[in-house]
Amino acid sequence: MLSRTADNLFWFARYMERADFIARIANTTRRLASLPSGDGGAANEWEAALSAAGALEPYEAVHGAVDPDKAVDFLLFDARNPSSIVNCIESGRVNARAVRTALTIETWETINAGWQEMKKVQRQHAQKPLDTEELVAFLDMAMKLALDVDGSAYRTMLRNDAYWFSRLGLYVERADNTARILDVKYNILLPETEAVGGSLDYFQWNAILRAVSAVTSYHWIYREGVKPWLIADLLILRPEMPRSLIACYGEIVRFLDAIANAYGRQGAAQRRARQTYTKLQNATMKQVFTTGLHEFLTEFIEDNYEIGGAIAEQYLLD
Amino acid sequence: MGQKPFFDEMTTAGGDIRAVYRRIAQWLEQSPPELLASRRHQAELMFRRIGITFAVYGDQDATERLIPFDIIPRVLSRSEWTRLEKGLIQRVTALNAFLADLYGTGEILKAGIVPSDIIYRNPAYRPEMAGRPVPHNIYVHIAGIDVVRVDENDFYVLEDNARTPSGVSYMLENREVMMRLVPDLFAACRVAPVENYPEHLRACLRSVAPLSAGGDPTIVVLTPGQYNSAYYEHSFLADKLGVELVEGRDLLVRDGFVYMRTTQGRKRVDVIYRRLDDDFLDPLAFRPDSALGVPGLMSVYQAGNVTLANAVGTGVADDKAVYTYMPEIIRFYTGEEPILKNVPTWRCREPEALKYVLDHLPELVVKEVNGSGGYGMLVGPHASKDEIATFAQKLKADPANFIAQPTLSLSTCPASFAQGIGPRHVDLRPFVLSGADGVRVVPGGLTRVALKEGSLVVNSSQGGGTKDTWVIDDPQAV
Repeated sequence: MLSRTADNLFWFARYMERADFIARIANTTRRLASLPSGDGGAANEWEAALSAAGALEPYEAVHGAVDPDKAVDFLLFDARNPSSIVNCIESGRVNARAVRTALTIETWETINAGWQEMKKVQRQHAQKPLDTEELVAFLDMAMKLALDVDGSAYRTMLRNDAYWFSRLGLYVERADNTARILDVKYNILLPETEAVGGSLDYFQWNAILRAVSAVTSYHWIYREGVKPWLIADLLILRPEMPRSLIACYGEIVRFLDAIANAYGRQGAAQRRARQTYTKLQNATMKQVFTTGLHEFLTEFIEDNYEIGGAIAEQYLLD
Repeated sequence: MGQKPFFDEMTTAGGDIRAVYRRIAQWLEQSPPELLASRRHQAELMFRRIGITFAVYGDQDATERLIPFDIIPRVLSRSEWTRLEKGLIQRVTALNAFLADLYGTGEILKAGIVPSDIIYRNPAYRPEMAGRPVPHNIYVHIAGIDVVRVDENDFYVLEDNARTPSGVSYMLENREVMMRLVPDLFAACRVAPVENYPEHLRACLRSVAPLSAGGDPTIVVLTPGQYNSAYYEHSFLADKLGVELVEGRDLLVRDGFVYMRTTQGRKRVDVIYRRLDDDFLDPLAFRPDSALGVPGLMSVYQAGNVTLANAVGTGVADDKAVYTYMPEIIRFYTGEEPILKNVPTWRCREPEALKYVLDHLPELVVKEVNGSGGYGMLVGPHASKDEIATFAQKLKADPANFIAQPTLSLSTCPASFAQGIGPRHVDLRPFVLSGADGVRVVPGGLTRVALKEGSLVVNSSQGGGTKDTWVIDDPQAV
């Protein structure tokens, strides 16, 4: 397979996953921000959202102080934000279009139709800013698009290197997203969680779960109220939770091994991914909290970034 | 050319339906307007979903537009097709012999049949190719020959496309859509298949691989990239051929061979079906500012270690000045009379012709010798006085750059619109493949239709649309 094709597939999947993540953050933040301040409607909600989306710096460069309406617009529509939903869908499609022949017709049609839908909303928004109902519909659309692309790829693509590279993109992005949202939320909430248990925390913590679509999963696994350390456990160490760091790394290792087997050669990407996976497998929550959650997550985000680089070096560049 | 009524391919001047269109006419009669409207809508949805789009240069908003598709098929009988096919094979065979001669010993120039200045002063002539034979002496592996009808009997060639002709994906996708849209009509008509075009193309490309490639040559399609107007077609063809779609940056030259960069290292490439113009192929040999090509590609090509399809330098043969000599060229190389006619053409380089053309501009179509896509031409009968005057100045300034033709009364076919059904002018681009094992044409081609009433310009860049083209067995006399 062409290196460029693998690169496009990897990024196609990454952008679709990111579009989904940004839509989820925007959705939960919108819910939180609409709560009365006593129940968790903190003023810095949108700042946290921008930060989790990795968009705080570009936002501040453009707008300065954080304002809810501007933040929504920046996360969803702004062309100057490389990770805005419209940019993610646009870049996802550009990557998909460059490798149409490596995608199934179903997957291509899904992304192409979603892109057309997005363009329509974008034009509409440019003429007259969307109202809340339309914004929610757009976020739902973005999440559904990611789901449909994922599902059509899963159902129709040959299990060969094209599929594996796209899956790698998806899981590297997902691991990054989960780690980021956990990090940001913990940072904001920690000073106030010394007295854990108020309704304020409840909504805040619930919002993280919602952002990674894990509200129901949480209750199935723990059968108790929402507790910060259990949320961290769920999102870091629970292999049955599909967005947990450990689950992502299980998949990354699996797909990198599939590639190595097919090509008959292991490399730095495989080695590094296995190291990170092993680290997660041997970790306990107690240990994570002793080192400090923020330190743990920062190191993870760094590792994950470097594994992305190792994959690029080994396969995507010449 | 007078006010002779246009030749309609479905209906005779007396109002009778021609036998070959009988089923189509029945279908149109039995389909209420709402049904046709819903078919048109369905077709548009199908095209949009597959993402068949093309870009119109200079049109900022419509970076990706659908070419309008007309749901009424254009029909040719088997006997009409057979005659056309023979003519196409004859013409493309002559084109290949002509190019081999031009880059070889130049017999046709020595014989004084084609003036040598229109060859050597042509920017598309590539001195790099002189004296360097190509595999099996085939230069034009893929040709698109634009033909039109003006009456029941004759096909005229409007233009030979010997560089990187496009449109074949539309031929194939139009067929696909029609089979889904009107399965009953399709089955009843027993339409000759075109679906095996990619098979033929693959066989053709394999057959011209360099000897050093061995038994299983690696073929690729080379595209300028996804912002090219024909990108959809490039990816479509790569997919159907089952080969990689590469851009210049995916290829590199090392030690006299071309390689592509893959996830498993470098892989040698033997045949490049390139959809990139000569100028952009290799910045070391041609335009140094081009980032689309592959540095060093020409040196590998000249050493015979990679085959380019079409060959470099074919543009010299599809030039509009050379076009005027095609009947003589065909006679020279095949010893036969041309089966397909040339449109009578005035070469403005000849003073008498120029005088005639200047006197008759309102009746004529004047084209630039090197223009394409309907740009830079004058359609006399549709031009204003001012436009004609301005064009006359251009013409006088550089007569050798122009040819002129009468406005042909192109045949019409019925087309379906929201307002009803009406005749529209059409042309046809069949695709001719030349490989080591001979010349092949799949029965059909791309019918382009001028959707604006009365318009004669069918180019997609100028608002033209397309139709499926059906070759069906001659109807038995009833």
